[in-house]
Amino acid sequence: MTGDCMLDVRDLTVVYDSDRGPIVAVDHVDLDLSEREFLAIVGESGCGKSTLLYAISQLLSPPAEVIGGEVIFRGANMVSLDEGRLRSIRWRHLSVVMQSAMNALNPVLTVAAQMRDVCRAHSSMSDAEIEARSKEVLRLVSIDPVHLHSYPHQLSGGMRQRAMIAMALLFTPDLVIMDEPTSALDVVAQRSLMVQVKQLQEKLGFAVIFVTHDVSLVRHFSDRLMVMYAGQLVELGATRDVFEQPLHPYTRGLLEAFPSIHGPKVRLLGIPGAPPDLARPPAGCRFAPRCPSASERCLASVPRLLTVGGIRVRCVIHDQVPAEVAQ
Amino acid sequence: MSTPSLAVKPVAPFRFSGVLRNLLRATRRNRKAMAGAILLLVFLVLAIFPGQIAPDDPSAEIFAPGMGPSAHHLLGTTAYGQDILSQLVWGTRLSIIIAFAAGGLATALAVLVGVSAAYLGGIADGILSLITDVILVIPIFPLVIVIAAYRKNAGLFTLIVVLGALGWSYGARQLRSQTLSMRTRDFLESARVRGERRLYVILYEILPTMTSLIVASFLGAALYAVLTAAGLQFIGLGDPNSQSWGTMLYWAENNEALGAGMPLWAIAPGICVALLGAAFALLNYAFDEISNPALRPSRRRRREDLSK
Amino acid sequence: MTDELVRAEGLTRHFRVGKMLSRQTLHAVDDVDFTIGRGEIVALVGESGSGKSTIARLLALVYRPTSGEIFFEGRPLSRVRTRKQRLAYSSDVPMVFQDPYSSLNPAYRISHGIGRGIALHRRDVPRDGRRQEIERVLDAVGLTPAGEIRRKFPYELSGGQRQRVGFAQALAFRPKLIIADEPVSMLDVSIRIGLLNLMSELRAREGVSFLYITHDVASARYIADRVLVMYAGHLVEQGPTEDVLRDPKHPYTQLLLSAVPDPQADLGIADAADIGEPPKVVDPKEGCRFQPRCPFAEAECAAVTPLLRDLGADRRVACHVAEADPPEVAATG
Repeated sequence: MTGDCMLDVRDLTVVYDSDRGPIVAVDHVDLDLSEREFLAIVGESGCGKSTLLYAISQLLSPPAEVIGGEVIFRGANMVSLDEGRLRSIRWRHLSVVMQSAMNALNPVLTVAAQMRDVCRAHSSMSDAEIEARSKEVLRLVSIDPVHLHSYPHQLSGGMRQRAMIAMALLFTPDLVIMDEPTSALDVVAQRSLMVQVKQLQEKLGFAVIFVTHDVSLVRHFSDRLMVMYAGQLVELGATRDVFEQPLHPYTRGLLEAFPSIHGPKVRLLGIPGAPPDLARPPAGCRFAPRCPSASERCLASVPRLLTVGGIRVRCVIHDQVPAEVAQ
Repeated sequence: MSTPSLAVKPVAPFRFSGVLRNLLRATRRNRKAMAGAILLLVFLVLAIFPGQIAPDDPSAEIFAPGMGPSAHHLLGTTAYGQDILSQLVWGTRLSIIIAFAAGGLATALAVLVGVSAAYLGGIADGILSLITDVILVIPIFPLVIVIAAYRKNAGLFTLIVVLGALGWSYGARQLRSQTLSMRTRDFLESARVRGERRLYVILYEILPTMTSLIVASFLGAALYAVLTAAGLQFIGLGDPNSQSWGTMLYWAENNEALGAGMPLWAIAPGICVALLGAAFALLNYAFDEISNPALRPSRRRRREDLSK
Repeated sequence: MTDELVRAEGLTRHFRVGKMLSRQTLHAVDDVDFTIGRGEIVALVGESGSGKSTIARLLALVYRPTSGEIFFEGRPLSRVRTRKQRLAYSSDVPMVFQDPYSSLNPAYRISHGIGRGIALHRRDVPRDGRRQEIERVLDAVGLTPAGEIRRKFPYELSGGQRQRVGFAQALAFRPKLIIADEPVSMLDVSIRIGLLNLMSELRAREGVSFLYITHDVASARYIADRVLVMYAGHLVEQGPTEDVLRDPKHPYTQLLLSAVPDPQADLGIADAADIGEPPKVVDPKEGCRFQPRCPFAEAECAAVTPLLRDLGADRRVACHVAEADPPEVAATG
């Protein structure tokens, strides 16, 4: 199902300048992505997942800045590329679907006009070709092409979101990055959007990086799951494995924080407390203050990233025997 | 924090200690703010203690007229034999008073009109906005001239009232926009739902959240007051016997100071007007940056090799 | 049989929309009946545009109904006119808002909002007793140490803590019913449970009823005794939570349940995605509003608006098909 590695992020670090000092929003994160793979990045507010996305697609602007690491996409390090080369990659090979369509779509341009802008910026298609292609992508996301000449406010929330995805598919990229594309939608619309995205992925063969705070949403759709906390990668592995046997206490807490609509009613605890202030991060494990399994070891230093049975996890609980440790 | 009684106080409350503390901290870190603050401080000192600093009585026409700079008269003397430096120092007081009084009056009116228009909405908003827009569109300077000309030799009071009554419209628009954007904030709905009266909500819930905008508005109004007042006095609409920079310019112009070898008589007060205006403008820029982090100059970071 | 606190009958609210001279009306809420008992947690579930927020505001007296009536403790709300009466009512029925980042005035300390509430509504608390009362309610919502929290500013608290302050403000009135308008939807998932537990605790400890408005069925199941399902301004189903969730009668309820992502459940439902969306209810025609999306729709559904009918065991449904013969669907568990 998945093929060779197309994206290799190594040791990526992003820092924000704030008046309380520098904030490390993304702290030495590694991840890799294969062709046609669906990777979900899950975490709560302030964990850095959106910043990570923007860093990967090189869309960060001051006061945020990448200060370390590499983003190797199809052999080229995006961090060191100039605008010209970046532009040739953007949209043709890598496209981005933003969080809120209402914010990302230009309210004074029709859908057709916006798609035309994209096509002209990244290719030399003729107007006729552009129109044909625009209609085609709208059909792909089940929007009647008659809406090509509508303004964003004339479309419903779900349709706007699907229009954004259509725009992202104009050049059938290899990788589509999505930043919480469903958070503004209702449950039923969310569900149908996810199914549609998955179907498109299987049909057109692109890889997806899907960022969300709602882990239950991606359970049935993602191949691998990555969990972030306070700017760091804390768990990464095959979705099924992570769900069945979460290794990191935060992942465990997160998965258990969803009341079920089936089965017996159980009183849940959630994860009391709040993430640390990244302007003054603690010396040890960042989750320790809220962790039910925390110990002395956790406070000393930041736990290393270990590999346990195919899952990468950052927790001392699994750091038993030195021989099993792999970096 | 004591809870205010249900009886409404007539004065808009400021969380003074909080605003001041934040202001001082932010000023120290921002170069523009520091420059503006220092300038303003210098002028304030001159305004408060003119007697200690100025070497002579500014109106005393006892010296040799038309002299250039010398040890005794650092800036020379006027055509009437007055010490220019002393006039400059004593003139600061009037300019500062006008800046704060007219600026303050304009800001107070801006707050009153802008916030009420937005909060009351409907017809009240329509009428208030119409008045605001009319005054905004009328060219102020000619209007001020016309009004001031009715009261020949307008005294300080007239000047302040005229400037204040005509300079509030820009701030009113800003404050109205800001208040409108706040209408959807839940804490206002929360206040209404718990039964607070409208006037209470305006004075005690809305205004305290807009203190930075109000201060920024004041700085803009003060700048406008300084420049416009100087301009009015320069063309002779002020009291020619008062001690102010604008009046100095008036007399200097009447005696063709620039051409007749007494350039400092005209240049010095001109520079002072500009500097005081700049002080307010710099502080205003700084305020924008303080309240809107996106405008701050970003420091470029070096790519460091951070150890794991 | 619980004591009845609130009874809504034929509750309707329309808004005039469109340009100045248009006569279009948005039917936000149409002909809704429900009750809320003492010490009961009732969940009002629906998606955006369903009318649930409008019902909250009708109950909070922000709007007056276009028609219909709400009775509080037997007395109609339409008779609440004077400022004194309104204060008394909002003291009994306060509201907690959705957005923790805009529900507290950033210029004041936490004690301010709570203190104002006490000043306006609690004549029994003397001026020097206010501080104690503030600390009591902060304690009751789990914000300890209350003495410290009281003096903090909103920006020093997390989203979850701010929402707790919202509950504290409501508690300060000694309310009978708290209207909670999507109180957890803007919070991180791991924090939501804490607040949902808080609502349960407050009901158990202080006997307060809750009208819990949400789009999340799972959280409704977690704390609510009864659930009301709204669609496009109509109440389409209601009943005890467990019963409705286990055996949903209305096709929309079934759709809603099938769409809920559940980490523990397997993906077994037909994934022919329903792409429909709730209609904007402007000048609606007769007929069921869910009919365009309903897999069981019959001829009658497009012509006659289904009314809420009793099915026994405290269950009511507004559906022609459900009344006749509950449809067989692939069970959701």
